[in-house]
Amino acid sequence: MRVYPAKPKTVYLYGTCLVDMFDPEAGLDAISLLEQQGLEVIFIEKQTCCGQPAYSSGYTKEAKSVAQSQMALFDEPWPVIVLSGSCGGMMHHHYRRLFQGDSALAKVEQFCERVFELTEFLVNVCRIKLEDKGEQTSVVMHTSCAARREMNVHVTATELLGQLDRVTLKEQAYESECCGFGGTFAVRHPNISQAMVEDKTRHLSETKAALLVSADWGCLLNINGAFEYQGHSMQGRHLASFLLERTGGK
Amino acid sequence: MSHTFNGPENIHSQAKAALDDPQLRQNFRGAMDYLQDKRRSAFADPDEESKIRELSEAIRQRCLSKLPELLELLDANCSRNGMVVHWAQDETEANEIIANIAQQHQAKTIVKGKSMVSEEIELNHEMAKLGIECLESDMGEYIVQLDGDKPSHIIMPAIHKNKQEVSDTFEAHLDDFTPTVDVDELIQTGRTRLRQKFHDADIGLSGVNFAVAETGTLCLVENEGNGRMCTTVPKVHIAITGIEKVVEFLSDVPPLYSALTRSATGQAITTYFNMISSPRKSGELDGPLELHLVLLDNGRTQAFQDEEMRKTLQCIRCGACMNHCPVYTRIGGHAYGTVYPGPIGKIISPHLMGLEKTKELVTASSLCGACGEVCPVRIPIPEMLQRLRTEAKNPPKPDAIAIEGQASASSTLESLAMKGFAFAATHPKLYHTGSWSATKLRGLMPNKIGPWTQCRTSPKLASNTLHQLIKARNKRAGGES
Ligand code: SF4
Repeated sequence: MRVYPAKPKTVYLYGTCLVDMFDPEAGLDAISLLEQQGLEVIFIEKQTCCGQPAYSSGYTKEAKSVAQSQMALFDEPWPVIVLSGSCGGMMHHHYRRLFQGDSALAKVEQFCERVFELTEFLVNVCRIKLEDKGEQTSVVMHTSCAARREMNVHVTATELLGQLDRVTLKEQAYESECCGFGGTFAVRHPNISQAMVEDKTRHLSETKAALLVSADWGCLLNINGAFEYQGHSMQGRHLASFLLERTGGK
Repeated sequence: MSHTFNGPENIHSQAKAALDDPQLRQNFRGAMDYLQDKRRSAFADPDEESKIRELSEAIRQRCLSKLPELLELLDANCSRNGMVVHWAQDETEANEIIANIAQQHQAKTIVKGKSMVSEEIELNHEMAKLGIECLESDMGEYIVQLDGDKPSHIIMPAIHKNKQEVSDTFEAHLDDFTPTVDVDELIQTGRTRLRQKFHDADIGLSGVNFAVAETGTLCLVENEGNGRMCTTVPKVHIAITGIEKVVEFLSDVPPLYSALTRSATGQAITTYFNMISSPRKSGELDGPLELHLVLLDNGRTQAFQDEEMRKTLQCIRCGACMNHCPVYTRIGGHAYGTVYPGPIGKIISPHLMGLEKTKELVTASSLCGACGEVCPVRIPIPEMLQRLRTEAKNPPKPDAIAIEGQASASSTLESLAMKGFAFAATHPKLYHTGSWSATKLRGLMPNKIGPWTQCRTSPKLASNTLHQLIKARNKRAGGES
């Protein structure tokens, strides 16, 4: 189990490349949520991508250079809040692996310890209490595999939804199963990926939940794209936007 | 349906064929759901689960760290116990050793318990060439052999078939069989037909689950009793195993055994657990007169030489990784085109067959981590896959030994693209011009981007990036103050 620090005054936001390009509003919403907690949020302009695409495709050297460049941007000892469990897992776990045997390892590990996924930070560090100001509704949530298995944040995301009095969380069949994204996997093995995402969308829609939320845009690109292709109206949103909206911050 | 093994090179077409077979998919999904449930109830207490996994991992790591000396000790102690120990570098040597033993005894038939290593060396096929018939006695293997097929799972070889399909197989190949979907009747049919074979066979062959170095004992885990028959009834018993199966102490066995059965089938203990320490001694009424142990390398030392990839050899072949794999669940075992399918197959096959043949295999994973989460010896399978992908793309590091098929997946185009990505990601100005222009020019994005759009619409870029929105927000805030 991870030991969490006391609540700081200032945090860095790591937007992730997918939020940057596909759902920048979620980034702003996350900032608002953190500011509501009395935190100063610093967004480093020079941040790009955590390097996961190169890493998972076997381009370790390239991934390492990206990792190095990203870590160099966050030199104050503040927590780095990541808007995706998958990128969070990359920065919290795999950066260490990239620097095994490297003289910089100790420093890298210090950085890794400062990396938190948004929901785990809100729950375990901010000890947030949400006040639900929305109408009665139901949601279903998809958690990315890295978020679940590397960061254990399905627990914290579920807890946040549980704090919303008028939101019923529906549970889909095979909840913990991968949606079939896996970065380049989806295009390298399109048929297997298709079988996986088709099962995922079916299980999600079978819950008849009004909304789909996820704290990971990789999975959302995959799931939303499949839903739209099927002509299904369900479209997932980033959890940060949903939480902000429910608490009247938007 | 018989599945020709066309090798892991053809995983794409083999997977497609499997995905297009609704019955096969239903069979796998149903069976995997069942096995997942079984495992879940066997590890009801998560604290206990993590203790067992940590202990099992520690045992396997300790044993592997001393592998060469433990193998020597095993050889010495088994020999002292009256076994004949053989070392085989590869499939050819292993088959030659077994063929020689068979020829010394003028053997015509070998009755076999379940052994994946015997699949690895294609024993049945090789012996058939010499006029020696191998008969599978494990129920699943028996069914698969009747079909002229290969196992689709390392623990449950015929898991790809449902009851009806098993009945169909029996009907096609066995005389006087009345079709039935009653499982007990089906099993009884197999048992009855096999019974006589144990008595008639010249040689019994089995695998090994744990080979204990300190005592020279071979442990065999099974549920059907066929393993015991194979190892006690025929005059000659040959046990064959990979070199990684050695453990140091007898006391290493109980925790590993428990981890194995609970992970594999959710059983607290199997129906049979055999500990074989010698051939028949004088005055004993049964047991083989001759006992041979064949230790097979076949690429395992390649994994052993690298500290990280050595973890692959921790495997105790429980099958839990495949039972929990979303890819395996959908495409089944045959589509991989390897003897060992599923996640463990993806990480061990590159050592057995080389990366050239298996480079598509190591990419066939979303790296979801479901395998690593259940592996009783805590092999970080996704990390192994990432590592193998790296080896497939790049030449070895300066101080490292090349592995077979090293860099066989290197592609100039992709490598340039990744170098470009890394360059952009480390040069923020360039990167942001890229994502800025991507969002600005989003109307020009093709709405078909290759395989992505075969079941999805293409992703829609936002009209502004987060970087731009934040700039605007900060400007506003600055203006207000
Ligand atoms: S890799 Fe782990 S889970 Fe898979 S078969 Fe081996 S021991 Fe079992």
